[in-house]
Amino acid sequence: MISRAERTPFSDWAWTVDRWLLASLALLIVAGLVFAMAGSPPVAERLHLPTFHFVNRQVMYLLPALVVMIATSFLSPRHVRRLALVIFVISLALVIATIFYGQEVKGAKRWIFGIQPSEFLKPAFVVLVAWAFSEGARRKDVPGNLIALLLMPITIVPLILQPDFGQTMLISIVWAALFFMAGLHWIWVVGLGGLGGVSALLAYKFVPHVHARIESFLEPPPPVAGVPANFQSETALESFIAGSWFGKGPGEGVIKRILPDSHTDFIFAVIGEEFGVLVCIALAAVFAFVVVRGLFSAAQNSDPFCRFATAGLVMLFGLQSCINMAVNVHLMPAKGMTLPFVSYGGSSLISLSLGMGFLLAVTRKRPRARVLSELAATGAPAAA
Amino acid sequence: MTQTTFDTQTSPARRMRMLLRAVFSTSLALSASRMRLAALGFLVLYAVIAIKLVYLGFKPEAATTRRAAAEAVAASRPDILDRNGEVLASDVKVMSVFAEPRRLIDKDEATELLTAVLPGLDARELRERLASKKGFVWVKREVTPHQRDEIFHLGLPGVGLIAENKRVYPNGPIGAHVLGFANVDNQGIAGIEKYLDGQGLADLHGAGFGAAAEDLKPVALSLDIRATHALRDELEKGVIHFKAKAGAAAIMDVNTGEVIALASLPDYDPNKPTDALDPIHINRMNVGVYEMGSTFKALTIAMALDSGKVNLNSRLDARGVLSFGRFKIHDYHAQNRALTLPEVFTYSSNVGVARMAMGQGVERHKAFLRKMGQLTRMRTELPESAEPIVPKNWGELNTMTIAFGHGLAVAPLQAMMAVSALMNGGYLMAPTFIRRTEEEARANAERVVKPETSEAMRYLMRLNAEIGTARKVNIAGYYVGGKTGTAEKVVNGHYSKNKLFTTFMAVAPSDKPKYLFLTIMDEPQGLPETGGYATAAYNAGQVTGEIIERVGPILGLAPRFEPPHQPFPLLAKLGYGYANIPARGGGGH
Repeated sequence: MISRAERTPFSDWAWTVDRWLLASLALLIVAGLVFAMAGSPPVAERLHLPTFHFVNRQVMYLLPALVVMIATSFLSPRHVRRLALVIFVISLALVIATIFYGQEVKGAKRWIFGIQPSEFLKPAFVVLVAWAFSEGARRKDVPGNLIALLLMPITIVPLILQPDFGQTMLISIVWAALFFMAGLHWIWVVGLGGLGGVSALLAYKFVPHVHARIESFLEPPPPVAGVPANFQSETALESFIAGSWFGKGPGEGVIKRILPDSHTDFIFAVIGEEFGVLVCIALAAVFAFVVVRGLFSAAQNSDPFCRFATAGLVMLFGLQSCINMAVNVHLMPAKGMTLPFVSYGGSSLISLSLGMGFLLAVTRKRPRARVLSELAATGAPAAA
Repeated sequence: MTQTTFDTQTSPARRMRMLLRAVFSTSLALSASRMRLAALGFLVLYAVIAIKLVYLGFKPEAATTRRAAAEAVAASRPDILDRNGEVLASDVKVMSVFAEPRRLIDKDEATELLTAVLPGLDARELRERLASKKGFVWVKREVTPHQRDEIFHLGLPGVGLIAENKRVYPNGPIGAHVLGFANVDNQGIAGIEKYLDGQGLADLHGAGFGAAAEDLKPVALSLDIRATHALRDELEKGVIHFKAKAGAAAIMDVNTGEVIALASLPDYDPNKPTDALDPIHINRMNVGVYEMGSTFKALTIAMALDSGKVNLNSRLDARGVLSFGRFKIHDYHAQNRALTLPEVFTYSSNVGVARMAMGQGVERHKAFLRKMGQLTRMRTELPESAEPIVPKNWGELNTMTIAFGHGLAVAPLQAMMAVSALMNGGYLMAPTFIRRTEEEARANAERVVKPETSEAMRYLMRLNAEIGTARKVNIAGYYVGGKTGTAEKVVNGHYSKNKLFTTFMAVAPSDKPKYLFLTIMDEPQGLPETGGYATAAYNAGQVTGEIIERVGPILGLAPRFEPPHQPFPLLAKLGYGYANIPARGGGGH
């Protein structure tokens, strides 16, 4: 046990960090590795790579990811803000660079220097918006709401140009939810909700690939030569049905061999086939636990910044998991969204670790007196 | 007044400003409750996903490979027997090779090994099939036992063998047109095989009851396979001898409507079903429609006799040529005198029957033919059938020509049904290919002519075989009666003098009718021994005679070498005693 007698940075961290949250994340990471062993071998075989190629790569990424997460969680809220600002500026620049110099994959330019900068943009953006709201709510001299309002188009316009509708949607929803939590008048809630609805409708109407996705979700075209048109979604459903309650057992899956993206977007279906529906429900429960616990602890947090940052980061994480799982069980049309910590992906893993590092940092327990004194101290213009 | 106006102006303005502030500011106090609301929203989302997962957990696994295979394999069919219990169609067990592409580890290796064992397979096509995303694909249906063993020893995971039923027809082309055939999935595609599927067998298979062959009751047909063989053999000889394009023959039991034998040449072997698709292999008895020529005169005379307007002693003017507008009706064996009714039949006088039909009028003629089932599509168990070609505007000229079998095209089996009714005492019964008794046949039969008319028609048929155009079938001992029919084929809209369609209808025995024989030949040629003639008596008649001679003993017709005493008792009672005295001499060819 860590001594309470001696105050070191580590003991401070160990005693103040949200251990339930930390344990849940650790559970997800370990489970993610186990599931990767189920979901990635077929893809590796298809690409003529060693069977556990993706598992090994995931482990390799996991080490820096853990370092990033733990290191970030040591930061104070002030340092969290500064780091987020730096990352935001860099990753926004990189996102804009991808539009011009990016490597085109499946019709979209999202990658540059082997990373997907939009992954890092997300947590940084959420932290900055949370900061803007907390300042806006607390101090009259800082136009926090206006800054939060402006951050939105600055961030999503490059994303739309990439184009990356998945991330755009995710960021917009989290931003809107944060605005809502900031105590926005109901008129705005209704108005912005309407705006979101209208823009979704416009995307459906005028963006051909969004239109096609939704059409084929609502009304699946007839199978061609015995292969259903919504092949990916139909195959995913087949996986869950084949796995039934207890699954076929690790490594016994058959449908995963024909399921595209079985190691990334559709790993949940592979889990369904090999480990069963009950394990899937348990996995969903872990995500739900993280999100609900995060939101409740945010509601109790007396530091406005920590409160909004916690809510924002946890919603980002929760929404991503919800969308991924909903797509897998065919409640939503297919959308490129990974399952946090479980899907394979280097950028995604490190950005998630960064986000969760931020989350751990802002959920750390702090003496009320220190929070109040800090609030009083930041009465001065310089906040960061 | 002004004061109040001012007040009412400022007060809404202030309220407006307050409202704007409320609208544009955010309130920290609200955030905690709204975060809890968001938490609730997330809980609902996760709950919906969990509910969908539970729903999927309860869903039964749809089609496993085994199920898919069981559905794909050819189901068993009942044996088909002839009327004496001889097997006409049966199932044999064969092995088929399938693959489960999802389980195949190395598709290239599998393709290579499989094509080595089954050299008939196209390697590239097989590779594509194995690369498909389906759970189940066939590699090859119905492999030999040797190939089965070799594939078994390959030990390829994802490649399996499954027992299937293959339909075999041990008699080859004999009875092929009646049996039809089943495809590789053992579904009935044509003939009685298709009829069986329509009788609930297909439903049974569809519901997943791939009943074992031994559970299915064999189906007994009306066919006699030995008689069918003899009939086909004689017909084949005739078609070759007379260099006909095609020919067909059938035997019908006049008392039950059962088809005892049927052959249509050229034919096919149902073990090679693709041959059946060739249009020259159609069943000419059911699917072909033809102008039946003078055999139709029997119907005209029966109509006239049955109406009572004429009797066996009536005389009809058959002098010269019957003109109607610019059309002229000739007699082939012109006598140029008034003929008695039996002479009209034995000389096959077109003029005589045309006058008889005109005596009835167009409407009664039409009504009679409709009653005899000649104007509508005849339905039997065989799915293949043809609609008769009936003139659209049926006038007097049509009635005159149809009276001697030109201008109305019917399926030959349809004509047999009508003549059968004229022979059997006047009962019209739909022909059948399934065994049935006389009682069953009578239950659905309709009386179409009087028994006296039927007996008179038998007398005329017999007379024609004794002294008329049908002497070729006067096989000793069977008391045969017959009628020839020669129709000129329509070529480019005109009747052609040298392209003939000949028919021959015979009944045996004429006193107690049992079997009706029909032979048709398409474009038979005149031969030196027939004096160059190609009319029905020389070819179709000849063949029918051979058939009767050969099939009679097989069908159990007892030959009687003494002429029967009083063969036509009703006629005797009516005062036509001469009908019972064998006729001598005279008559046409």
